[in-house]
Amino acid sequence: MIAAAVTRREPSSALLYVDDVTVSFDGFRALNGLSFYVDPGEMRAVIGPNGAGKTTMMDVITGKTRPDSGRVLFRDRYDLTAMDEAAIASIGIGRKFQKPTVFPQHSVFENLELALAGRRGVWPTLFARLDGRQRRRIDEVLDTIGLGAERTRPAGTLSHGQKQWLEIGMLLIQDPELLFLDEPVAGMTDAETAQTADLLRGIAGRHSIVVVEHDMEFVRALDVRVTVLHEGSVLAEGSLAHVQQDPRVIEVYLGR
Amino acid sequence: MSLSPDAARTSPLARIDRPGQTFLLLLLATAVAVPVLNLAVPPSSPFHVPSWLVPLFGKYLCYALLAVAVDLVWGFCGILSLGHGAFFALGGYAMGMYLMRQIGDRGVYGNAELPDFMVFLNWTELPWFWHGFDSFAFALVMVVLVPGLLALVFGWFAFRSRVTGVYLSIITQAMTFALMLLFYRNDTGFGGNNGLTDFKEILGFGIQADSTRAGLFVASALALGIGYVICRLVVTSRAGRVMMAIRDAESRARFLGYRVEHYKLFAFTLSAVLAGIAGALYVPQVGIINPREFSPASSIEIIIWVAVGGRGTLVGAVLGALLINYGKSYFTTVEPESWLFILGGLFIAVTLFFPRGILGSLAGWWGGWRAGRRAARAPAPAPAPSAVEEPAE
Repeated sequence: MIAAAVTRREPSSALLYVDDVTVSFDGFRALNGLSFYVDPGEMRAVIGPNGAGKTTMMDVITGKTRPDSGRVLFRDRYDLTAMDEAAIASIGIGRKFQKPTVFPQHSVFENLELALAGRRGVWPTLFARLDGRQRRRIDEVLDTIGLGAERTRPAGTLSHGQKQWLEIGMLLIQDPELLFLDEPVAGMTDAETAQTADLLRGIAGRHSIVVVEHDMEFVRALDVRVTVLHEGSVLAEGSLAHVQQDPRVIEVYLGR
Repeated sequence: MSLSPDAARTSPLARIDRPGQTFLLLLLATAVAVPVLNLAVPPSSPFHVPSWLVPLFGKYLCYALLAVAVDLVWGFCGILSLGHGAFFALGGYAMGMYLMRQIGDRGVYGNAELPDFMVFLNWTELPWFWHGFDSFAFALVMVVLVPGLLALVFGWFAFRSRVTGVYLSIITQAMTFALMLLFYRNDTGFGGNNGLTDFKEILGFGIQADSTRAGLFVASALALGIGYVICRLVVTSRAGRVMMAIRDAESRARFLGYRVEHYKLFAFTLSAVLAGIAGALYVPQVGIINPREFSPASSIEIIIWVAVGGRGTLVGAVLGALLINYGKSYFTTVEPESWLFILGGLFIAVTLFFPRGILGSLAGWWGGWRAGRRAARAPAPAPAPSAVEEPAE
């Protein structure tokens, strides 16, 4: 019923359109007719109890898992269910995994340099030089993620929070249209969590962002539309205040 | 180790750092001084370098080039090759074959066409793979081509199948061991157990002549200098940073879209070629090449040089090779029984107490001292290091 309410909107204006996707693992339905959309430039928070299908949803969208049925349309042009991970990454969908993995011995600047879009072969990189535009782009991203002062520091010496930001920067610098962040504030201090919320609010608009999160304070600070997943489909959608009022949401998730 | 900040990566020369410049200057000075002090200074002078020392020093330089080659793959790309002695030996054999052909009819059996060991084995004609080695140019091409092709083919299979870590080390070790067994056989056609020796001349110059030895010494210094500069330019390029990224977080590099196996193959092949050149320069200076160069122990020894000098520093590899081989020359004459114990003990001590090797530790202390001085000059409280919350990695 809720899915129907969501899809009533004209889907062609959406950046990402997940349409009636079902995924089963050994008879367990991880996703059960999941439908939702993300608008261009929108930031969306996805919450839900363990096993609600949040990770499976991201796996389907980024090409790691193939659904049993349903479609995932990106820019109304690409059916992501027929593409592999590399192809999906190349059309502008980035994903940040939970555990930050940066190159510890490289400086913050060099980490971003390696992530910078460009030719990836041995010969081009042997003779590659950063031009002014690329340098400005790296500076810009350094500014955005607030690590301008740490540019020459080896990434391995950064704090956990800074590593998460650097990794977000490594995604941003590839200019993805749509960004998936899996629990970006896990393990962060309160101050870092607040800064991360600022950071994400700052980059929304230019990129669409989907944040999967457990931390309710953080979701409140993001102040965006929230999608609540439960048992593989959308249970409720709206502002955090709105979904928190929903008796079903309280029942399955917030009430616990 | 962060090689350099993002600024000032303009000209190739600017990419040689302070230790590198110091090393190149010292190398240049040595390349001039040793031949001059040997040839131009009379033996009565205290500054005279005796003739027997020149090829010994030249041998050290070849080992240093070999160590630089190993550091390129191990220190920067994370490939712990325990078989690099094989590439060194193959380059050496290619040069040795040329030197054997140069002997001509001056061998014990006086056969102009066949080297002595073939006459001894009652062979009547030269095996096909010996053809062409009477030409120096052909031999030089083989010095590069044979180790390079072996590395390319071996690496292609290994890296494509994503063999990494200990498993890769073991198969490189198996490779050199297999080659050793092959070269020990008389039937293989490389002189078996005795290898290739009794060389007379190179390019028409007597191999024992002081001037020839001085020339070979200069050539070795040149090869080491050029090899170092090539490796340094590679590791300071973006490709070098990709190699280090692969060393530190291989799957992350792959996730960023880099073809990890291509980078490994490039580093491994370049390294094998440098090792082959080192071997080719080594053979005329020591006067012999035999299958012992393929022994697994020889390859492991190279790793010890690099580890002691400082992995991932290139100059450290040179330092380690020189120090340990000088130690080897010294102790094997003074107290031959003790050398392997000293070598083993040194390796254990370095691994335990100086995991970054001599140069890595020095660089660490130097950096700490400079940071301390900078902090003393600018007493403003630095922002608290935000490493309070270290991730539970």
